[in-house]
Amino acid sequence: MFVLILAFGCVAAVLPVLAARIGRRVFYVAAAVPAAACIWGIWAYGQISDSGPLIEQAAWVPQLGLTLGLRFDGFAFLMLSLVAGIGVLVFLYAGSYFHTEPIIGRFAATLLLFSGSMVGLVLADNLLALFLFWELTSITSYLLISIEDEKTAARSGAMQALLITGMGGLAMLGGFVLLGEAAGTYSMAELLARPPSGSVVNFALVLVLIGAFTKSAQVPFHSWLPRAMNAPTPVSSYLHSATMVTAGVYLVARFTPAFADYSVWRPLVISFGLASMLIGAYRSLRQHDLKLLLAYGTISQLGLMMLLFGVGTRESIFAGCTLLLAHGIFKAALFMLVGIIDHQSKTRDLRKLDRLGAQWPVVAAAAGVVAASMAGIPPLFGFLAKEEALGALGETGFAWGVPVLIGVVIGSSFTVAYSARFVWGAFGPRPVSMIPNQDSVRSEAVGQQVPKPSKIFLAPVFVLAVLTLLFGLVPSLINPVITRAYASLVGVRAEHHLALWHGFTQALALSAVAIGAGFALFWWRLRVEKLQDEMPKVPSAQRGYDRTVKGLLEGADAVTGFVQHGSLPIYLGVILLTMIVLPGIPLLRDGVMPDLWFADSPMQVVVGLIMIVCACAAAVARRRFAAVLLVGAVGYGMAALFVIQGAPDLAITQLLIETLGVGVFVLAFRHLPADFVRSKFRRSQGAQIAIALLAGVFVFLFTLFAIGARTEPSISGEYLDKAHSQAGGNNVVNVIVVDFRGFDTMGEIVVLAVAVLGVAALVRAKRSPAEVEP
Amino acid sequence: MSFFSALIVAVLFSVGVYLLLQRTLSRIILGLALMAHSANLLLMVVGGRAGKAPILGAFGPEDSVADPLPQALALTAIVISFGVISFLLAIAYRSWVLTQDDEVEDDVEDARIAQLGEAEMRRWWSRPK
Repeated sequence: MFVLILAFGCVAAVLPVLAARIGRRVFYVAAAVPAAACIWGIWAYGQISDSGPLIEQAAWVPQLGLTLGLRFDGFAFLMLSLVAGIGVLVFLYAGSYFHTEPIIGRFAATLLLFSGSMVGLVLADNLLALFLFWELTSITSYLLISIEDEKTAARSGAMQALLITGMGGLAMLGGFVLLGEAAGTYSMAELLARPPSGSVVNFALVLVLIGAFTKSAQVPFHSWLPRAMNAPTPVSSYLHSATMVTAGVYLVARFTPAFADYSVWRPLVISFGLASMLIGAYRSLRQHDLKLLLAYGTISQLGLMMLLFGVGTRESIFAGCTLLLAHGIFKAALFMLVGIIDHQSKTRDLRKLDRLGAQWPVVAAAAGVVAASMAGIPPLFGFLAKEEALGALGETGFAWGVPVLIGVVIGSSFTVAYSARFVWGAFGPRPVSMIPNQDSVRSEAVGQQVPKPSKIFLAPVFVLAVLTLLFGLVPSLINPVITRAYASLVGVRAEHHLALWHGFTQALALSAVAIGAGFALFWWRLRVEKLQDEMPKVPSAQRGYDRTVKGLLEGADAVTGFVQHGSLPIYLGVILLTMIVLPGIPLLRDGVMPDLWFADSPMQVVVGLIMIVCACAAAVARRRFAAVLLVGAVGYGMAALFVIQGAPDLAITQLLIETLGVGVFVLAFRHLPADFVRSKFRRSQGAQIAIALLAGVFVFLFTLFAIGARTEPSISGEYLDKAHSQAGGNNVVNVIVVDFRGFDTMGEIVVLAVAVLGVAALVRAKRSPAEVEP
Repeated sequence: MSFFSALIVAVLFSVGVYLLLQRTLSRIILGLALMAHSANLLLMVVGGRAGKAPILGAFGPEDSVADPLPQALALTAIVISFGVISFLLAIAYRSWVLTQDDEVEDDVEDARIAQLGEAEMRRWWSRPK
């Protein structure tokens, strides 16, 4: 299995080079990889019918106990056959869709990478590996939507898809980690076999569901899917209908047997699923762009799948599996059809397309078959799936079963209506609209002179149309696949099987109601359209997304502007206040007051008072040199204090340095005006004084507490003992500086040297860069 | 040392902070010099009581001796703060060479960001709810 996934990546790497030589035939080369995956899948399918699921393990980060596990079971086969099977067809289709565009190489490679990530996603057993593949599909989806990177709409649509699915993916990762920690394993099979309990699990499940909902474009996260329709149609057909968007459904399907009874699961999944089904289908009814019509239809169908898996009864899971496969087949085919229409007629606006069916009768027939499958009309595969769904929802045994069932029937009638709208819009005559101001759009009819698509272009559509018909007529062909997928999810064999005719059941009656209502909706479509137009406007999810992104950017601007305003005193003030407040709080809470005595000697008081006076005078001095001299006086006071303390070395050093320092000050300031400039910022003086006083109080308390905090005797006794014997000196301070702590002094000398270099450079530098140039 | 020493440390630091918050580069540097004095004194103060100089032979067995370790640390600190202040003075000199004064202006780029942010803020609050 690892080899299989790696093959996708390796072939993708050479595709761009190959495309430069053989052009669009590169797609046929690429198609070989998913074809190989199909063949492998069928072989492996034979294996798992005898023994259990195939499992492969590889050490990923052994130090952390991370194992990359892959697992192939019945449900993985169902997904793999969708991903690889439709993948082959999409690659063949892309071979006709593109001609000589320069993006072909990039496109084929990215599409194949996506395909590989998706295969990895459905095979992954380790939750973190699943997340990795999940994000890889998001990223490749981003690249594929924006593949025509000169289009603004493509770029912003891609960004929207990435932001929304990426956000959901991060939430999901959080959920996975919580689940993994609660269960003590990151293997999905083990997690599902022994689901953990506790309130944290419910929270984790909400996070996982956010990931699933964003990926599967559930309301209200659905807005990215219609905008992703800016991608080339092979992408829409592959990623945004059949495979990637079903990843969320896949995850819910995997989790639902273990977690359906947790308190958050059913309410969330069912309500989001039902809302998506209804809103998606409703909005689909008013789209004029065939691709958007299908996109909203996809949201609706994904909602139904979510709902079916979320209900979590055995019958509904069985129905979910069936619908997953059926939807992949008919939706991929429909998108390919739109791509063909768009490619041949250069429009996909159903207000322009006129009587295309008359010219392309065979194509129209195929479209009718797949659309009928979507609508759930017998004897097609889609009908079987819908029957199962209605049957399963009719016997849930839950109190909310009936309202949900009614919702699904309404949604199904919408589905019938938009399916009919699709076929009629694409191949029938142009609609007569009751909405004014659309004459400009309708003025240019397309349909009389559209060139016929080539047979090879159409082939993938026909394959899918035949499949949907065949699986409908002979359900026993596909039944084993679905029952095995079901068995690997639920853990027991299905006692149920697909059949075209189950007898006169409630489901059949409801199906009939839905179909009848759907055609009625279609028949009175102009009135429906008008009614929809007159409905009060609700804020769309797209607006919500735009607002959120705009708000984020504006908020970031506002915060940056507030924090980074460019004034040095304010920056320093904030830093100083932080310095005072953060350590100040624990200081006041836990500080220990020492035994205090007022002063060591009367001389100390005298010198100290002089220093305090000089310092304060320096603060208010208006004349520059007065301030310098006052600060110098404080420095000499320091020297006196050092003498009192019993530190003659310090006193000498301080005297020397202070004398030197005053000299340097005078040198530096000799050109500057004698008086300080009166500050323009008089208003802020109060704040400056307040901060200064606060800092003073803080340092005062800090000093007292620091004296009191001493609990151990000084280590200096040792220095005193060993100064003579080990270093041969009597002045202990000197011995410490040059011997015991010689490396400190070494560092100090380096600092001085660097400072000297800096000073020299600054003083000798030219006036301005302009002077340096000739 | 003592209560009074702590008071000196605090006053020097407080005045240092006040000067640091000014817009004139030379006052900022003077403020840093005062803060350096304050820090050096702090090392002494928390180091223990005053006493005889820690020079072998200069004190008898009965005398209390000042702790030599904080002295050694302060010695290093004095010299380094001198280095830092010399460097800052060179910067002040350079500022004078380039602009003929030593006022610290607001950063132009930051000010522009601030303006943008303020406009954004205003729009944010005045937006009809």
